[in-house]
Amino acid sequence: MNTSLDRRRKKPEWPAFIDLSKYKIKAHHVHIIKERCKECEWCIIYCPEEILEKSDKINVKGYHPPQLIEGKTFDDCAECHFCELICPEFAIYVEVPEEEEGSENNE
Amino acid sequence: MSKKNEDSPEVATGQHYTTGNHAAAEGSLAAGCKFFGGYPITPSSEIAEHMALRLPKINGNFVQFEDEIASIAGILGASWGGVKSMTATSGPGYSLMVENIGLGLMTETPCVIVNVQRGGPSTGLPTLIGQQDVMQARWGSHGDYETIAISPSNVQECFDLALECFNLSEQYRLPVTLLMDEVIGHMSERLVIPPKEELTIISRKKPTDPPDKHLPYKADDSLVPPMATAGEGYRVMVTGLTHDERGYPDLTPEAQDKAVRRINDKIRLNKDKIIKLEEYMLDDAKTAIVSFGTSARAAKGAVNRARKKGIKVGLLRLITLWPFPDEKIDQLADQVDRIIIPEINYGQVTREVERAAHGKTEVKGDFRLGGAIHTPQEILKEIERN
Amino acid sequence: MSEEEEFQLIESDVHPLDGYLREGRIPHIFCPACSLGSVMNIIVEAIKEAKLENKKVSVVSGIGCTGRISGYLNYDSFHTTHGRAIPFAIGLGVTDPERKVIVISGDGDLFAIGGNHFIHAARRNADITVICVNNFNYGMTGGQVGPTSYKGQYQSTAPYGAVEEPFNLPDLAASCGAVYVARWSALDVRRMKDSFTEALLKKGFTFVEVLGSCPTTFGRRNQLAEGKKILEYFHEKSEIQHGADTKTVGISKDSKIIVGKFIDIEDKPTLTDNLMAVQRMSKAKGK
Repeated sequence: MNTSLDRRRKKPEWPAFIDLSKYKIKAHHVHIIKERCKECEWCIIYCPEEILEKSDKINVKGYHPPQLIEGKTFDDCAECHFCELICPEFAIYVEVPEEEEGSENNE
Repeated sequence: MSKKNEDSPEVATGQHYTTGNHAAAEGSLAAGCKFFGGYPITPSSEIAEHMALRLPKINGNFVQFEDEIASIAGILGASWGGVKSMTATSGPGYSLMVENIGLGLMTETPCVIVNVQRGGPSTGLPTLIGQQDVMQARWGSHGDYETIAISPSNVQECFDLALECFNLSEQYRLPVTLLMDEVIGHMSERLVIPPKEELTIISRKKPTDPPDKHLPYKADDSLVPPMATAGEGYRVMVTGLTHDERGYPDLTPEAQDKAVRRINDKIRLNKDKIIKLEEYMLDDAKTAIVSFGTSARAAKGAVNRARKKGIKVGLLRLITLWPFPDEKIDQLADQVDRIIIPEINYGQVTREVERAAHGKTEVKGDFRLGGAIHTPQEILKEIERN
Repeated sequence: MSEEEEFQLIESDVHPLDGYLREGRIPHIFCPACSLGSVMNIIVEAIKEAKLENKKVSVVSGIGCTGRISGYLNYDSFHTTHGRAIPFAIGLGVTDPERKVIVISGDGDLFAIGGNHFIHAARRNADITVICVNNFNYGMTGGQVGPTSYKGQYQSTAPYGAVEEPFNLPDLAASCGAVYVARWSALDVRRMKDSFTEALLKKGFTFVEVLGSCPTTFGRRNQLAEGKKILEYFHEKSEIQHGADTKTVGISKDSKIIVGKFIDIEDKPTLTDNLMAVQRMSKAKGK
């Protein structure tokens, strides 16, 4: 899972005078508490980057929690937290992953 | 009317010549009442007026709400805010309050409601006496509950028993009714208010366990749980729904049984401690008068006159109407040939006495339907009738 | 790690806001795609944003679906009787001027059975924040017509369509003296959060109407049977007009839905201010 930690965000485009190699920008991780989901689909419909879709898995209540669309990564997340705010079930949230020992890259 | 008392301005220590309504207000202040929410209604308005005058001086608050429903809801809120609170009304207002009295009972919220009774039903006799809300005080709200209602017979008792109402409500955590009547409320008599240190003032038991371990509706053997209030870090959860010890809604027959049984039993099992009666010349009596409130005054006069004529009659005055003194009536029924109940209604306490006497003696009501009081002569005539 | 797993969301069993919710109370009782959960979420976010001391926050609600919110929140919370949350909150509030009392309840609770308390609380500028989740009907009892149902809306007790005029809630609040009035739809979560925060930080009677999505008892009868359709409807019809004349913001069938912050008045004495003033006067008078 740590693979996405080291990736730079694709958006927005950074001005050319910033030397990106100096900075590590962490992607936010989207977390799901899948047993809480009641499939209102609001996180899917209102995600500005459209990175989510209904999964074909079902949870204990028989609902389909969201999943990442194939080909999308956390780098595509706009970190707007809209899904987190609008989710009526406290089932989805966006968080910067905690730094792990040894995962730091060279500054 | 209040005398200057620099140290404890909430207690108007001294001698006064005043009305029952003012005395009830002073008794409440002496008990530590800091919030009054009310709505004007005859014949209780003087209580609100007096509280509006007195409360701000002792850093208390008076809010005149838009109706009686808001008044009772407001005082429940204030009680959960951590202060002793009260309202005062009469029959029509009490009718509006009963739903939220039920909330107070279910959530175990201490507060005091004064009902200065007038004649009913409906608008009835706004300015004239009634004693017709006895059953309403007991059964007004829906569901199973036990409650406490106390009835004063003179101005001094309006003070003493208003204070007692607060003590009982704080001790047992429930809304308590002071069941006055129009005559007591408006009559003027001598009132002696003792210094604060001579008064017994009870306040709610507070939790001692830390908030993360606290179960707000877990009671010890007293059956009364300690009360954390808002702002103390206990994150109280209060609901009128049937709830478990955590205060969480639990809509099951088991939870209902446990919760409702306890709020009833905490009164039932402490009946003996709660009930106050006055026995007057009952020792050798063959006829007993059972009465309360204003009617008991005339009854006492009738007993005195009858005794002069050599008739063995005594008076049992019900200071506490609810819980009802079943055992005392049962005992009395063994002793006397007849129980007469003068009351200003069509047989509310009489019905209870009939029930508690178990048919062992003759029970006879002497009813006035409201608007006028019995005279001692009228009750004497009833005593002399065979 | 397989490629497929890498593209999945990270599974968790704790939400960052769980500490603000009563332990063991989630999942809540609300229907799928009911917006009450979102509103609950945003209230917590707003309390955090306003940096209120948790101990000094009380949440009071009445009866109904929205009324259940108080019981999920891990603050001092009070679930009172139908319609009486506001006077309860006033009593609770005046006992400690530092306490922030939030009333959260539905349109039926606050404006039908509790309407009188609402207008008087606004008139006396009581220090409470009232959040009304307007779902246009009585949800918990099965979808009866309510005081905010628009003309022509079908409900179980309006099988031929509602015939009465609905309340225009922001106008009612404003005309009765509320110092802060805003309206947002359930979709406007971020603006709703800002409004809640502003309302919480303001003294006096502050009011925010949230147009909620009720797919089960409102939507099903009015061609909006799914929560996403209701939000889509709000998205399509709503228009932000800050400072709009509240007289113009009434909602009718297929009308535009005007949202925004309508009223924000400064320096109006509140009930607490007035009670304090009375205390000072009573001592000065020495009567």
